[in-house]
Amino acid sequence: MYKIVSKRVLNPTMIEMNIDAPEIARKAQPGEFIILRVDEDGERIPLTIAGEDREAGTVKIIFQIVGATTFKLGKKEAGEFIQDFVGPLGRPSELDGLKKVCVIGGGAGTAIAMPVAQKLHENGAVVHSIVGFRNKDLVILEPEFRACSDLLKIMTDDGSYGEKGLVTQALQELIDQGNVYDEVIAIGPIVMMKFVVKLTKQYNIKTVVSMNPIMIDGTGMCGGCRLTVGGKTKFACVDGPDFDGFEVDFDEAQKRNGIYRDWEKHKYEETCNLFQKEVK
Amino acid sequence: MVATKFNMRLDKNPMPSQDPKVRAHNFKEVALGYDLAMAQDEAARCLHCPKQPCVNGCPVHIHIPDFIMKVRDGDLKGANDVLLQSSSLSSICGRVCPQESQCEKYCTRGLRPGAEPVAIGRLERFVADYARENQLVSFEKPKPNGHKVAVVGSGPSGLTCAGDLAKKGYEVTVFEALHLAGGVLSYGIPEFRLPKSIVQNEVHNLEKMGVEIRTNMVIGKVYSIDELMEDDGYEAVFIGTGAGLPRFMGIPGENLKGVLSANEFLTRINLMKAYKDDADTPIVHGKRVAVIGGGNVAMDACRCALRLGAEKVYIIYRRSLEEIPARKEEVHHAMEEGVDFHILTNPTEILGDENLNVTGIRCIKMELGEPDASGRRRPVAIPGSEYTMDVDVVIQAIGTSPNPLIKNTTKGLDTNPHGCIITKDESGETSKTGVYAGGDAVTGAATVILAMGAGKNAAEAIDQYIQSKAD
Repeated sequence: MYKIVSKRVLNPTMIEMNIDAPEIARKAQPGEFIILRVDEDGERIPLTIAGEDREAGTVKIIFQIVGATTFKLGKKEAGEFIQDFVGPLGRPSELDGLKKVCVIGGGAGTAIAMPVAQKLHENGAVVHSIVGFRNKDLVILEPEFRACSDLLKIMTDDGSYGEKGLVTQALQELIDQGNVYDEVIAIGPIVMMKFVVKLTKQYNIKTVVSMNPIMIDGTGMCGGCRLTVGGKTKFACVDGPDFDGFEVDFDEAQKRNGIYRDWEKHKYEETCNLFQKEVK
Repeated sequence: MVATKFNMRLDKNPMPSQDPKVRAHNFKEVALGYDLAMAQDEAARCLHCPKQPCVNGCPVHIHIPDFIMKVRDGDLKGANDVLLQSSSLSSICGRVCPQESQCEKYCTRGLRPGAEPVAIGRLERFVADYARENQLVSFEKPKPNGHKVAVVGSGPSGLTCAGDLAKKGYEVTVFEALHLAGGVLSYGIPEFRLPKSIVQNEVHNLEKMGVEIRTNMVIGKVYSIDELMEDDGYEAVFIGTGAGLPRFMGIPGENLKGVLSANEFLTRINLMKAYKDDADTPIVHGKRVAVIGGGNVAMDACRCALRLGAEKVYIIYRRSLEEIPARKEEVHHAMEEGVDFHILTNPTEILGDENLNVTGIRCIKMELGEPDASGRRRPVAIPGSEYTMDVDVVIQAIGTSPNPLIKNTTKGLDTNPHGCIITKDESGETSKTGVYAGGDAVTGAATVILAMGAGKNAAEAIDQYIQSKAD
């Protein structure tokens, strides 16, 4: 059992938790992920590590409530426990040697982009961050990004905060202003990453994306997380989750993520209903 | 001793089993086990021949005629003690060993045409189950000898190695990557063939003997082998990480949504209990399922697909039934349950629609040519024999390779081009001092009993290594 040391609600659907897991905290690096189970018989879900405190022995996770498991996790409070917490898994992001980087986070992906931006800043790189959300209410981690970015652009779909528009528009603008990046790191919905890559390909700017496919074990055992990268099958859990964006087959990845969509929707509704009954 | 006549019946006492029509729709154990009368009756078929060829056929050299004689005489505690001398996982091996190619293959009673060998596997299972259910064995923590050993992986080799070392007084920690111990016994072999309560019982027995089981520990990530030895004081490490990496055929259409590795399919079912209605883990319910491969894993996958409600389940295997590597009993059970075998058939492409749903599988008929490196006749495609099967789920069960995680994170640990850890000899000694390995991580995908034997040998070698160091 792993203790939830603290919990913070970031926006109506995003929650941050620090979990007591000193062995993982001492090893965790940006880009790596953990797998957790909320309770006995629970589903295993992967979440990217959003930071760690080696001294306190805690690992930070930030998740969006999108289904039954994240809903149950979101109901847990500080001081309570979760059943299983395993990691760090995957390959860390390769950030050494980068001098000037544009880090792009979209929606829940901003939580994953944050430790990457922080690490780059720590390494002395110039960090330009672009974060995108649907509207003002969903904006998260602004102070954190501000602290580690030399330039921060906040984009909202409806213009209710920051600038109105998509992250790709902001990136286009920065490129047009003459910024030359060693690398663009894009983390967010598949469609966002796909369009970032479409843009960066025109300028031949190396672009790394972080993939988050369906997964069970996270150690290469099931192959459920496979993607086509450069025409070859790769496992996101052991070969990634970071991949060269120019090579990823995003359309396939998008469809594969929908394998259990109907079931997930049904389970989510069922779990919500169960909680409502208990509250009554 | 009770005087008993030999039973000269030619065939084995049949195994009481669930009716195929019923069991194809539930996950309860298929084979129900002998009762005492059946076991004694079967035990009386053993001739106690002086050469004991069965013992040599057993990878861990169980004193088979001795335990069988005790069954015949009704001394089940004694029979179990004989088993325990050589094996600590008899409840498991009695169920999953390929006896027909081991002990029973050499049984004198089976040599005559039309005759069957003594049902050694069924008797082993009976004795071990009886001992467990009647708590004939007590597990206690032996006096500690002051030495620490780490075991990586809690499958058959790791559990055996841990048990043998614990008995000698070692402080043993078993590190398991998943949330449940047992390795392939937990995530791979289905409930209807090996009830998970039996596996967990074996794990709990180890805990009673003082073994610490640490789940959720991916060695190579959270700790390296070097860290375990240098920082945490483990004097030796046994690597029993199995062969968990699924292979795919490399044919077009493999990333369609309805295509899974058998590992994924079975893990969802066995480890995550996705077959239960209230499970939190989803699983694809195919109506028409094709399973590619002819091993035990393929049989497990197709029988699971049936139990999930598939209307039609096919095995697609490129050689003939003569060469099929699965245990005879599994093939027999699968056929009884209605699995349709397309032998001498090889898939060439998986067909799908624009939403990546599987719509069919393209196959080609094969014929057997000259023997290949494995000594089996090589299957050769028959030109122009392609045909399409209408399926919506395809499960690939064509084999697994060792996980590269440990190899990639352990300096000085030699592996072969297949990623298998190289050991000097049967002791499991690797190129890295104090590090031993066994089971599928060394051999590539093989059997539970061979892994168990390797764990046993390594425990012996680790003991010698540490004692010689201490002297």
